[in-house]
Amino acid sequence: MENKTLSLDEQFQNRIDNGDNIEAKDWMPEKYRKTHIRQISQHGHSEIIGMLPEGNWITRTPTLRRKVALLAKVQDEAGHGLYLYSAAETLGISREELNEQLNSGRAKYSSIFNYPTVSWADMGAVGWLVDGAAIINQVMLTKTSYGPYARAMVRICKEESFHQRQGYEIMLSLCNGTEVQKAMAQDALNRWWWPSMMMFGPRDEDSPNTEQSMKWKIKKKTNDELRQQFVDQTVPQAEILGITIPDKDLKWNEERGHYDFGVIDWEEFWNVVKGNGLMNDKRLKDRNEAWDEGKWVRDAASAYADKQATKRAKKTA
Amino acid sequence: MNKEWPIWEIFIRSKNGLEHRHCGSLHAADEEMAIQNARDVYTRRQEGVSIWVVESKHITASNPKKNGELFEPAADKVYRHPTFYDLPDEIKHM
Repeated sequence: MENKTLSLDEQFQNRIDNGDNIEAKDWMPEKYRKTHIRQISQHGHSEIIGMLPEGNWITRTPTLRRKVALLAKVQDEAGHGLYLYSAAETLGISREELNEQLNSGRAKYSSIFNYPTVSWADMGAVGWLVDGAAIINQVMLTKTSYGPYARAMVRICKEESFHQRQGYEIMLSLCNGTEVQKAMAQDALNRWWWPSMMMFGPRDEDSPNTEQSMKWKIKKKTNDELRQQFVDQTVPQAEILGITIPDKDLKWNEERGHYDFGVIDWEEFWNVVKGNGLMNDKRLKDRNEAWDEGKWVRDAASAYADKQATKRAKKTA
Repeated sequence: MNKEWPIWEIFIRSKNGLEHRHCGSLHAADEEMAIQNARDVYTRRQEGVSIWVVESKHITASNPKKNGELFEPAADKVYRHPTFYDLPDEIKHM
């Protein structure tokens, strides 16, 4: 057979090229495994840490309608973290290691969550822009080559569209409100626009992993392609709100059929990635506190399970 | 007491008349907690009317390295499919 002359790596690449999904027990290059463990776990950590900036506003929502929606959204994010951790575990990392990597600060998560949510309008801007950017990335990932990751993404995308809509609705209410409310919405857009643009990662020419990721169909589009998609779909949404995206270079380019936009402050991006954002320390501290304060619950559940198991063993003995 | 909770595979029946389908996995201390957690993680939007939980270690899976010998024999048995048989076009209901 022809296959006999191909190396494992070549056979693997052929499967990917033919549109086959890779499943947990299939042979895969060590680098494919490692890259996925890193990417899926970072994605999961982002969902877990992503609960914190919004949890900040649950007790202070302006209405009960907003409160149930925000609670449901934050609960979804916990769920999304769990889907992703489960997908990562299929590759041989344990939940314990995942928790340890996050809590010790060794693991990265999306830098967007290291910005503070200082006003209620931020709940609108986060849902609209941050979830909007996340959805663009996640829709692409539903077609990623690793089966468990792709399936988690399908589930997440189904749930995520409510997140963006509830955020946009908050912005809409503020923009149709008083002058002060509209100013709050504009202020939130001013602060969240550029960090949201950075969510797609470095420019293609500064993203050394992109080529391999595309070859393995971990990504199907480059950072710059996704960023352009975000700009093109968000500009008309801002126009409907009647607020201004804080970029003086933003304008429609007839020839390209896309919006041109200004230069991103990559120094700020790398600074936050390196841990110097406004909220890096606070997020990690809150995460560790939540973990430590939950210890007695985990211990009690383990003790109860052990006791029940012992009882059952006695009965059958 | 730092041992990790076991992994459970979760199967959900979306409505009566349909089969339980695998939808993912989660950690839980025991089967009762696995069902509770499965409810919160996998049925927040009325996705299910019944939940099965099975501890992952109890599942025996086929080995993908043996896919050839397991599954290839079916490939040359086209006579198991109705389209293998040539019948005149005017035959109906068959």
